[in-house]
Amino acid sequence: MSQVLRFLLDGEVLELRDIEPTTTVLDWLRYHRSRTGSKEGCAEGDCGACTVVVAELSAAGVVAYRAVNACILFLPMLHEKALLTVESLGGDHPVQKAMVELHGSQCGFCTPGIVMSLYARSLGGAGTVEADAKDVLAGNLCRCTGYGPILEAACATPFAALDETLADRLRAMQSDDPLDLPGWIAPKTVDQLAQVLVERPQARIIAGATDVGLWVTKQHRSLPDIVYIGDVSDLSDMSETAEGLTLGAGVRYSDAHAALTRLHPSLGELVRRIGAVQVRNSGTIGGNIANGSPIGDMPPALIALGASVTLRRGDVRRTIPLEDFFIAYGRQDRQPGEFVESVFIPRPTGLYRVVKLSKRFDSDISAVCGAFHVTIANGVVTAARVAFGGMAGTPKRTMACEAALAGQPWSQATLEAAALALRQDYQPLSDVRGSSEYRLTSAANLVRKLWFDGVSVLDVRPVHA
Amino acid sequence: MPDAVHQSIPHDSAALHVGGAAIYADDVAEPKNLLHLAFGQSPHAHARIVSMNLDAVRAAPGVVAVFTSADIPGANNVAPVFGDDQLLASEKVVFVGQPVFLVAAISAKAARMAAKLGEVVYEPLPAILTIAEARAAGSVLEPAQVMARGDMTALDVALHRVSGKVEMGGQDHFYLEGQIAIATPGEAGTMHILSSTQHPSEIQHLVAHMLHRMSADVTVEVRRMGGGFGGKETQAALFAAAAALVAEKTGRPAKFRVDRDDDMVMTGKRHDFEAEFDVGFDDDGRIQALRLELASRCGCSADLSLAINDRAMFHSDNCYHLPNVEIISHRFKTHTVSNTAFRGFGGPQGMLAIERVMDTIAAHLGRDALDVRKVNFYRLGDATPYGMEVTDFVADCIISELMETSNYAARKAAIESFNATHPYLKRGIAVTPVKFGISFTTTHLNQAGALVHLYADGSIGLNHGGTEMGQGLNTKVAQIVADVFGVGLDVVRITATRTDKVPNTSATAASSGTDLNGMAAWNAAQTLRGRLVEFLGGDVVFKDGKVTVGDQIYRFGEVCRMAHMGRVSLSATGFYATPKIHYNRKSHTGRPFLYFAYGAAVSEVVIDTLTGESRVLRADLLHDAGRSINPALDLGQVEGAYVQGLGWLMTEELVWDDKGRLLTHAPSTYKIPCASDRPEILNVELWQAGENREPTIHRSKAVGEPPFMLALSVLSALTHAVQQATGSSMITLDAPATPERILAALRHD
Repeated sequence: MSQVLRFLLDGEVLELRDIEPTTTVLDWLRYHRSRTGSKEGCAEGDCGACTVVVAELSAAGVVAYRAVNACILFLPMLHEKALLTVESLGGDHPVQKAMVELHGSQCGFCTPGIVMSLYARSLGGAGTVEADAKDVLAGNLCRCTGYGPILEAACATPFAALDETLADRLRAMQSDDPLDLPGWIAPKTVDQLAQVLVERPQARIIAGATDVGLWVTKQHRSLPDIVYIGDVSDLSDMSETAEGLTLGAGVRYSDAHAALTRLHPSLGELVRRIGAVQVRNSGTIGGNIANGSPIGDMPPALIALGASVTLRRGDVRRTIPLEDFFIAYGRQDRQPGEFVESVFIPRPTGLYRVVKLSKRFDSDISAVCGAFHVTIANGVVTAARVAFGGMAGTPKRTMACEAALAGQPWSQATLEAAALALRQDYQPLSDVRGSSEYRLTSAANLVRKLWFDGVSVLDVRPVHA
Repeated sequence: MPDAVHQSIPHDSAALHVGGAAIYADDVAEPKNLLHLAFGQSPHAHARIVSMNLDAVRAAPGVVAVFTSADIPGANNVAPVFGDDQLLASEKVVFVGQPVFLVAAISAKAARMAAKLGEVVYEPLPAILTIAEARAAGSVLEPAQVMARGDMTALDVALHRVSGKVEMGGQDHFYLEGQIAIATPGEAGTMHILSSTQHPSEIQHLVAHMLHRMSADVTVEVRRMGGGFGGKETQAALFAAAAALVAEKTGRPAKFRVDRDDDMVMTGKRHDFEAEFDVGFDDDGRIQALRLELASRCGCSADLSLAINDRAMFHSDNCYHLPNVEIISHRFKTHTVSNTAFRGFGGPQGMLAIERVMDTIAAHLGRDALDVRKVNFYRLGDATPYGMEVTDFVADCIISELMETSNYAARKAAIESFNATHPYLKRGIAVTPVKFGISFTTTHLNQAGALVHLYADGSIGLNHGGTEMGQGLNTKVAQIVADVFGVGLDVVRITATRTDKVPNTSATAASSGTDLNGMAAWNAAQTLRGRLVEFLGGDVVFKDGKVTVGDQIYRFGEVCRMAHMGRVSLSATGFYATPKIHYNRKSHTGRPFLYFAYGAAVSEVVIDTLTGESRVLRADLLHDAGRSINPALDLGQVEGAYVQGLGWLMTEELVWDDKGRLLTHAPSTYKIPCASDRPEILNVELWQAGENREPTIHRSKAVGEPPFMLALSVLSALTHAVQQATGSSMITLDAPATPERILAALRHD
């Protein structure tokens, strides 16, 4: 056990003791360290003004860079990693020069975060390789520029060489000892995690803290007993087989993105629209499931595929269909001391489509998320699984819709009947993201839309004439 | 060395921005005994305060002091004009989130946690929350204003007559830097306030009244804001006054850095409006008479609502001649946060209404909407509904040029053929022009001061009354001053705006920053230049950092040294008051504006008729910034304004519940445009032929607000797409055009 939090900042190994574990990296930088380049715009991980880069050693022993939101990142999450902030760049980095020359800043308050997002991209950071510049910046709000000059600066920025010495410095810091601070324990293996949770069944499990972070910054809740799973190396395993994909509960969105895209492009597109790079670099698939939110985007997509979840308590494991994990709003089938260990996602066998409806395309929460998995043979629907998010207190299958599809000829008339059947299963609420009526109407239209090729407004280019 | 003006020079703080080295209020090193503040807020929209027990607040960890309205030594007021916004509620609360008590603690967290512990007993009173409720109750800030001319019987005899209605939502400023102020007590009752404000003088005056002191005792300073957009014109005062009260009472420096959610709940926004019209027109779509009724939700107090609603009336003509017209403007008072200035200041709402009239006429006649717009354009010599002759109309020239460069006609044809075949996607395209009046419509605000020092080494200290919120005002004013002396920008030191340097300033608002402060600084620089010329004698040329006097060439610094040795005053103030303007608010006639700024935009959109989703695919913007002082900065204003306007009209939805609580008070629920919302193709150009016919500073035109309204082309394009789907001539799409509203419009039509 290590009672000292260690991380690298500008080449220096910092050793911190006696820290409040839920101190955010942003507050520590700004108010403990007087390092004020990183800004607070929202304190909830939605604006990106606080974006910093965290470098860590990957399983393969190379440095992986991640742009993350410092405002909801707890300080002990930096253990045995390196923190890079806008001050680390020195002022002459090509990203910074491009931003100046192309007039990429106006009020300048979002700028440090934007610089860091582009800096992470210049290093081949997680979630940025092959990503469109607009995706790289989806988590950085700017209210002044309209983004044009910033996107230009992103394109003008050459990829920089990796800092070789950083890998060595990080390697030198690594240990097998879990970090054990008052109120915070970070096991390093799944077996340690299982043991810790048996001993502390009431502990709050934290993975990416993209939700729990707000409990601290917004609700000022006290979290006296945290088990952090981000350091559990073997909880981040992924394995792809002919049958499907198994993801450890600690796999972060950005790391699973490519595999999920291979499973089906529609799933990849959904992940692209969950949060933004910073959130996908922190948030985990397991956290999205265990959290049990009715508007989490992964559960309906996975339920439609017949995914199962494996829970573990001590050495005892059980595997259940994902839809059975969600019992009611705010209630999941997880016993004290038990944790989500992995999720298995079968490969789609027929027509598979996930559609997310939200006010803004990127970095928004669904009003409705519909997922469809339909097998058609000889013009007849032989199997159908349909699940929605945003339509009930939990992510939920619609048996009525599925029944209206199964065994029926694949036709617009069948889809019309299936669309109308939704009202039997869902009585959605009205909230800020959409009225009950909009949810029902648009969900039914998503069923009708299955007849077509699935092109959305996102696929449309301007006319050429 | 090229001239300093008419050059695309980067923002003076750009290098600091990208390095994280630009210092905002919260970045200033905190003094050891600093107190942090939070408000206890009203949970009711309208209630009487029966009793307050704040013992638990006082006893909370880290709390140093708690204050209520009874602790305010002077005026309990933070309102800009009418004295009707309390710093701390005394007897009644009039909106959810209204400050009721003030906590000072050793940390922001301690203050915020303690602020939740107040035991305040309220007697809830009936609350008026919406325009409809205020209309029914007759709850108004002032009687309905009427701007009218001509003969409204023309409406009855017109060949065609259509009526319609459109609703438009408000908008949160979402400046990335939230409201913040730091008050530091000085000796002998003086007070220094570092504030993120567009209006330091107003805060100075309010704080002086609140503390029972002279204005000269209070100094307000602002180096830069992390965005303003009108949201820090009057709304910064609340937090500055709270900090000043605590600093006065405790003798310790006090910082109020408000949490984002609280900021969004407690500060005013763009006014939501309803517009109803009844229009008569001929076969060409030429308007013969228009009756337009505007209604806005002003919130619980006047703030700047009267002037904002006036400006909505001023821009209800946009570019169109209205021979017979009656514009009626209702200013409804509600138990919601007091709405305030926001880029465009009522102009966007008035202009949206007339553009909807244009689209409705075109739909009714089955004509191209651009043709209808053109036939209604002002001709030289026409006068606006408020009787100001339009002498500088160029929207027609801009539109002609834009139609060519954007290939509008061919694209429209291609769009309509796409729509004929696609089962559920529909495209739309629209052109809208902008004519925006430049000057504060409250005439006395059109003045500015500046202070310029020449140091003996040839460096220049520049100060003026304007504030920097990202728009590049300081850069432009520095260019203007450098140009006077023929020196580079590197010798000009821009200094923080301070009320002890330039007094009695107007807000940096109404797009007027450069027009007013640039001219004041130019006047100051000219005074100094005149003194140098007189001292040197003969023909003097200032160029490339050199001063040529006859055959002699000096470095600029040498001349300053010589003048100093010759005992010449090297410091001067400059002043500017906008000429020619006057306005009679009783009759709503006069010349409220020195000139108009123009522009036009073409937007192409696509909608999904099954989901209501939409996107802007391409936009072409052509905007008149006169002879631009800094084209790069002006282009930044044009593009940024368009995207901000697009947000207002598409994704930014303020949702309130039936208790008057704002439910969308964070970026998780309130969606401003992000990078991918920018159209895939966005061509932004300044109109090269632009030149101000009025003698403004270097013949430039104001550019902060006017291009915001270029985004109205998006709403028109969306209505075009909806019509393409429905085939109906009725247009019912309200703003913001969220997927839900688009789907509703498709079903309704």
